[in-house]
Amino acid sequence: MQVSIQVNGTDQSHDVEDRTLLVHFLREACGLTGTNIGCDSSSCGACTVHVNGEAVKSCTLLAAQIAGDDVTTIEGLADQARAAGTSTGDADWHPMQESFHQCHALQCGYCTPGMVMAAVSLLDEVPTPTEAEVREGLEGNLCRCTGYHNIVKAVLEASGGAQ
Amino acid sequence: MIPAAFEYKRAASAEEALALLAEHGDEAKLLAGGHSLIPLMKYRLAAPSVLIDIGRLTDLSYVNDGGDHLAVGALTRHRDVEINDLVGAQAPLLAAATRHVGDPQVRHRGTLGGSLVHGDPASDLPSVMLAMGATMVVTGPNGPREIGADDFFTGFLETAVNEDELLTEIRVPKMPDAGYSFQKFNRRAQDWAIVGCAVVVNDGQAGVGLVNMDSRPVRAAAVEAAVASGASPSEAADAAAVDVDPPADLNATVEFRQHLARVLTRRGLEEATA
Ligand SMILES: Cc1cc2nc3c(=O)[nH]c(=O)nc-3n(C[C@H](O)[C@H](O)[C@H](O)COP(=O)(O)OP(=O)(O)OC[C@H]3O[C@@H](n4cnc5c(N)ncnc54)[C@H](O)[C@@H]3O)c2cc1C
Ligand code: FES
Ligand code: FES
Repeated sequence: MQVSIQVNGTDQSHDVEDRTLLVHFLREACGLTGTNIGCDSSSCGACTVHVNGEAVKSCTLLAAQIAGDDVTTIEGLADQARAAGTSTGDADWHPMQESFHQCHALQCGYCTPGMVMAAVSLLDEVPTPTEAEVREGLEGNLCRCTGYHNIVKAVLEASGGAQ
Repeated sequence: MIPAAFEYKRAASAEEALALLAEHGDEAKLLAGGHSLIPLMKYRLAAPSVLIDIGRLTDLSYVNDGGDHLAVGALTRHRDVEINDLVGAQAPLLAAATRHVGDPQVRHRGTLGGSLVHGDPASDLPSVMLAMGATMVVTGPNGPREIGADDFFTGFLETAVNEDELLTEIRVPKMPDAGYSFQKFNRRAQDWAIVGCAVVVNDGQAGVGLVNMDSRPVRAAAVEAAVASGASPSEAADAAAVDVDPPADLNATVEFRQHLARVLTRRGLEEATA
């Protein structure tokens, strides 16, 4: 079937099988490999992207379900911030990306795209969270390297609410 | 993991969804948020040949004041229930339990109706429906009918909703002044409950629904009767594992579940009556 999705502001229309998962649509049909597949079973959050601004797990959605919606992936986040005039830092990134960079909120980086997307969605819903709210708000994202401390710090920094 | 091949159809209205169900019979499955069904299909535990997507039926996503109850559309997503002011004021137990469902990403897509029709004894929200005495409205070829929570959950992953029917609305009695508590025991954030319980106490009457204590979502009737006859929370909670048949699995033995049910029910009753 033909599936059309606005991905990072660009119309992506591809002929895919009905059973194509959103994550495969993004990685294989659109060539956007920033979105990772970790567990492939809805648990780890590595595949987190935004659908109409909300964090979702793209391994647990069909591309067909999302046809007609707006998707943002990690590749589109900085452009979104640039358009909104909120980008920051030497590389002109999204504030959350810059904050992850400044706080060294990653080691291997595998969880990072999903973690950043989930964190942006969290601050959208809770603009100045407490540390506990950050930890709970990221419960859908697993990191096997960092022990989470610098990730939590980065999200608090980005919210302007760091201790 | 990729689901077995199927044909995807998006229903534009409840009528169209029912017509597609009638046309495709038991080959077809409704897809709401997909957060129970798609994982099952990826594991090939379900392999419908037609998927009827009802996720866009926004006219079935609402929370309305129905007089003595709140009318919640079956396609209302967990996140929308969680932050709804009417739910917070009139059925705070439902809001509290919904916050425990999965993680934010899951709550952005999963629906209340999907969670109930899935009929999983480990799900959080059926226990709330039992505790609060909710009524489910389903519609099919012969028009709408109402099913009380006690008659709704009929077995493991089985409900009273027939294959040609659609759950459209959940009617939750308003209980603005009731004491309530939702207790969930698990080992990791985001996980399903090893055991959980939903408690409301209104005018000395308790409603208690248990999570993961039988092959289907069940009410702790013996606890409710004990509260009605004046037992204290700890006395009443002793009956939490009476007449239920909990599963044993990697997380817990039968005895551990029985123990958890008593402890969580006591905590729930204490919090609800504090
Ligand atoms: C990682 C993860 C963690 C989770 N953790 C929890 C948890 O802790 N607690 C918890 O309670 N749940 C949890 N869930 C499940 C989640 O709540 C699901 O959203 C919910 O169980 C199903 O809702 P859905 O809208 O996604 O339904 P779907 O998956 O779309 O459908 C489920 C079933 O119901 C049927 N159906 C759906 N809507 C209707 C309708 N209106 N009428 C008739 N039939 C219908 C479908 O045909 C299907 O058989 C979790 C899910 C995931 C992926
Ligand atoms: S790959 Fe989607 S949640 Fe792990
Ligand atoms: S940095 Fe390696 S998994 Fe998070």
